[in-house]
Amino acid sequence: MKKTLWLIIAGTFVFNYLLAQGEVEMADAMRSNGKIYVVVAVACVVFAIITAYIITVDMKVRRLEKNNKK
Amino acid sequence: MNNLLRENWWKALAVILVFYTIIAGFLSAVPRLPILHETIRNLYFHVTMWFGMMLLMIVNLVYGVRYLSGSSIKDDIYAEESARTAMFFGVAGLITGMIWANYTWGAPWVNDPQLNGAAGTMLAYSAYFILRNAVADEHRRAKLAAIYSIFAFVMMIVFIQVLPKLTDSLHPGQGGNPGFNTYDLDSTMRWVFYPAVIGWALFGTWIMNLRIRLRLLSINKEQ
Repeated sequence: MKKTLWLIIAGTFVFNYLLAQGEVEMADAMRSNGKIYVVVAVACVVFAIITAYIITVDMKVRRLEKNNKK
Repeated sequence: MNNLLRENWWKALAVILVFYTIIAGFLSAVPRLPILHETIRNLYFHVTMWFGMMLLMIVNLVYGVRYLSGSSIKDDIYAEESARTAMFFGVAGLITGMIWANYTWGAPWVNDPQLNGAAGTMLAYSAYFILRNAVADEHRRAKLAAIYSIFAFVMMIVFIQVLPKLTDSLHPGQGGNPGFNTYDLDSTMRWVFYPAVIGWALFGTWIMNLRIRLRLLSINKEQ
């Protein structure tokens, strides 16, 4: 009986230790105060500008193709 | 206007999917893993570069074979420009991989079969362009390049899909390392990863499309 009790206590300690190990550090603070949206906004602006640039190139090529057909 | 939409819907889809990747990629929940921490989100940006490259290399292979069966110089232009665009994606994949490796594996270049395989692939395709530049005659060049591109494609598959999986690699899913499935017990990352692959691949196709059209224009002008 005493042996099982000790086993349970030891087991709880081991389990707690494993749980504590399982907590992995992530950027939770950045997420909770909302600052991550700044990063998303910047990345989106960069991609939007690249897209706009490619669209203008596409339009230019289209115009050239039209002129070529004439 | 309707015609414009019918021809270009896939470009719009590419832009929408990449925007989705950026927004959902940063904000969605990811598995909490040691060593990787938040860098697991690189899956949406680094791995997709390699998928984009492989898709464009498939285009290169297909048009190489098409040239061999039809001897149309237009097919050769498609093949060359797809390989050029693919190289840009490959360089992006290498550089992003080096940054990621520096912070998770401790060095920008570790002696990993997947890394060396990727470098070998890039070298094999650099040789493709060197070969092209070495031959002056248009049709001879196209034929040689098409034959070499079949060889280079097989090398790429062996280098980055077969060899790393046979030996030990730090990359997931290889040599006893846990794969994508273990990283992602509840499959949340798939909802961003698969659209990201499609989005970046379509974006690469768009750039390739522009390069091909410009080349065709310059050829028409010469004639």
